[in-house]
Amino acid sequence: MMDSITNFLSHFFVTGDPMIYGADASIALVSVAVLAVLTYFKKWKWLWNEWLTTVDHKKIGIMYIIAALLMFFRGGVDALMMRTQLAMPGLSFLNAEHYNQVFTTHGTIMIIFAAMPFIFGLMNIAVPLQIGARDVAFPFLNAVSFWLFFAGAMLFNLSFVIGGSPDAGWSSYAPFAGIELNPGVGQNYYVLAVQISGIGSLATGINFLVTILKMRAPGMKLFKMPMFSWSILITSVIIIFAFPAFTVALALMTIDRLFGAHFFTIAAGGSPMLWANLFWFWGHPEVYIVLLPVFGIFSDVIATFAHKTLFGYAVMVWSMIAISFLSFITWLHHFFTMGNTAPVNAFFSISTMLIAIPTGVKIFNWLFTLNKGRIEFTTPMLWALAFIPNFTIGGVTGVMLAMAPADYQYHNSYFLVAHFHSTLIAGTVFGIFCGLHYWWPKMFGYLLDEKKGKWAFWVFMISFNICFMPMYFLGLMGMTRRMYTYPAGLGWGPINFIMTIGAFGMGIGFAIMAYNIVWSAIHGKKDTTGDPWDGRTLEWSIASPAPEYNFAHIPTVSTRDAFETMKEEKRAGRAKPPAPFKPIHMPNNSGIPVIMSAFMFVAGFGFVFWWFWMAIPGVIGVIACLIARSFVYDDFHHIPVDEIERTERAAGRLS
Amino acid sequence: MAESTLSLDAKNRKNLPLEYSTEEGDLRIVGFWMFLAAELVLFGTLFGTYLVLKSHTGGGPTAQDLFKIGPVMAETLVLLVSSFTCGLSTLELRRHNKKGLITWLAVTIILGLVFVGLEANEFYTYVTHEGATLQTSAFLSGFFILLGTHGCHVSLGIVWIAGILIQLARRGITPVTARKAFIVGLYWHFLDVVWIFIFTAVYLTGWVM
Ligand code: HEM
Ligand SMILES: [Cu+2]
Repeated sequence: MMDSITNFLSHFFVTGDPMIYGADASIALVSVAVLAVLTYFKKWKWLWNEWLTTVDHKKIGIMYIIAALLMFFRGGVDALMMRTQLAMPGLSFLNAEHYNQVFTTHGTIMIIFAAMPFIFGLMNIAVPLQIGARDVAFPFLNAVSFWLFFAGAMLFNLSFVIGGSPDAGWSSYAPFAGIELNPGVGQNYYVLAVQISGIGSLATGINFLVTILKMRAPGMKLFKMPMFSWSILITSVIIIFAFPAFTVALALMTIDRLFGAHFFTIAAGGSPMLWANLFWFWGHPEVYIVLLPVFGIFSDVIATFAHKTLFGYAVMVWSMIAISFLSFITWLHHFFTMGNTAPVNAFFSISTMLIAIPTGVKIFNWLFTLNKGRIEFTTPMLWALAFIPNFTIGGVTGVMLAMAPADYQYHNSYFLVAHFHSTLIAGTVFGIFCGLHYWWPKMFGYLLDEKKGKWAFWVFMISFNICFMPMYFLGLMGMTRRMYTYPAGLGWGPINFIMTIGAFGMGIGFAIMAYNIVWSAIHGKKDTTGDPWDGRTLEWSIASPAPEYNFAHIPTVSTRDAFETMKEEKRAGRAKPPAPFKPIHMPNNSGIPVIMSAFMFVAGFGFVFWWFWMAIPGVIGVIACLIARSFVYDDFHHIPVDEIERTERAAGRLS
Repeated sequence: MAESTLSLDAKNRKNLPLEYSTEEGDLRIVGFWMFLAAELVLFGTLFGTYLVLKSHTGGGPTAQDLFKIGPVMAETLVLLVSSFTCGLSTLELRRHNKKGLITWLAVTIILGLVFVGLEANEFYTYVTHEGATLQTSAFLSGFFILLGTHGCHVSLGIVWIAGILIQLARRGITPVTARKAFIVGLYWHFLDVVWIFIFTAVYLTGWVM
């Protein structure tokens, strides 16, 4: 009896590694500390009413960003562990098994639980404000999306201390990810956690597509939208067409692993290549899901700080549409070397190279926007300016990889790793940090400190180049990806060492940014005007932080730079006197999303361990929540006129 | 009245059917169409998977060995008729006839239940008489999951319609219940369309090829 219990526990909890015990201890400590602080300051009710049950897109956005920052931290620690292990030949900081787990969780967390939710956070905050709406189309569903992502992220991170982490790479290729070759619970965590948050992502795609199509302010034609909103419209379409394929792929792998089906196995006619195709049919569009939104951010930021209207607006839109279309017909470039016929490789080679055309067009449009602009070097602008050359390097090396014959040389080498970090970091991460600094005042009513922001920028950007420029050469020298160590004497040592220095430099840059966030929360400069950057789009026309209802009056739009025009009219004395307020229809808070996601978490955890006694009640709980929601009828309230007046007066908006 | 954020304001909505008469109803119906687009990709992926794996029988039974015309025709007929009765319910909705609406939705549920029962019986036969299970071969994995996903959708639809029936009985036809009844109708017809593809891609080609 005792034996079987200890045996169970030693498999349930990951044991035998001091780092893991450290993680156990810190997780326990942090949890206890959080619970204690909340109880001591009697903040439970506040937490529940203001945050856990909120359906306000701005608060949901903030929660997305907080969670994503934490995930960046976790993914970053994974990265530093890998770089430590590889700093010199023959180190034994991580063993092979452990290294496999770390690159798997690093990749999965960075893409699915850090980059994407960060973008969802920014779009939650900015899109309704940019299009002059009071919320998203489905505020309740929006909360469901967030909490599903959160449940998925928690489930995935739990694998580190309970049961063991997945180790088949973020692409989780069959047959290695299958049950015969990978019998533990690690891969179960991968398929279930990613599935749960993926359902949330799909809902977000639908939500924002409808929001943007149906809820724009009067006069805002599609081709008058701010570029960020355009990018989110296109991204939402990609999400709707790409994510269901991944949902199916993950479900099939789950069924293979849990119930012994033969979709991706080698035995009984299964097809491992089917997984590769399904994964990348989602996976390539996915990289555009995290890239197009930052294109939108850069467009808005560059126009704002060049104090000029965006160059080639319509071309910018059409190139994004072209990219989104092409992104669905390039997936095979991820496995040129895996036995396709030459014509097939040729097709995907060309379709991939074609993407360079619309992307190049965009790069030139940004440059032309800068041309003769009155450029202001704020922190967001620095991130945007650094993006252009750094990302272009990633783009050019992408075209090199797209040449199928040459790819036989580059494939799965560090050249590839350098390429996708050039796009994911210099594109997505720079864009996310850019948007974070840019919209921060709108979220919280004060600015992040410029000086510390610029320090963080320079340290991070320079370190990024120290880490990833040498990596291209390392790849050409023959070092392949996913190697946990290498012998001395190949000449790889010095470059690896330099890269590790760069990686830690990026860690320091991130730490400065974190410090800036804390410092500015206390000392940050208040944004009293609501328009700290002399912005051009509608989000800057309202107070900072944005009131619950966003717009006391829904604005009427006549030009692309809607707020810029309003300001000009005001200067010319042509502004119309404001109409009287009317009560505003707002959705009610709801506890169902967070409760439902808790059930989802329980179900996921049960399936991970083949504990159907736990999984089935979880599933029933989810269904019960859905039914309960269907019977809720009074799900909205009106904000009365005097409350609007009070709020607007407090924000200094009424004279 | 609260301010509308939509381009179509309350005045212009007067002439629309009840389910479109509020901005909320309008948004949700459009949103549901987007959801159906996603469902289309979902089923598309399952069809693709099935067609890829169809010939991978791994020494187990093939499509010709398994599929019998009788039960499949019965399932098809029942589901097609249920789609028809579901259409009738939408017609009654447009006439604001609560009793008719409830009756036809109830008939739809019953036909749905019959369909699920027939399908369960078909699966049961395969498993017990032919020893053809999810674990037998890639072909059968693909078959059971494609049809099982459709069957789960139908079952979910049954629960969903049942919930709406209760709400209709309690509240009558309002803009909200009208929207719900309309949307569940869209869902039901969609499942019918998927079945037609299943009939063609799974059973017909299974018999012929
Ligand atoms: C501090 C910055 C970062 C550093 C130092 C870093 C470093 C690394 C290293 C060392 C690997 C493993 C290479 C190998 O052994 O094959 C890796 C893999 C990967 N990284 Fe990063 N990374 C960073 C940031 C990011 C970000 C921001 C993203 C995505 C948004 C990302 C996505 C990935 C992916 C998808 C993989 C592939 C994982 C796999 O092979 O399955 N990384 N990174
Ligand atoms: Cu790709």
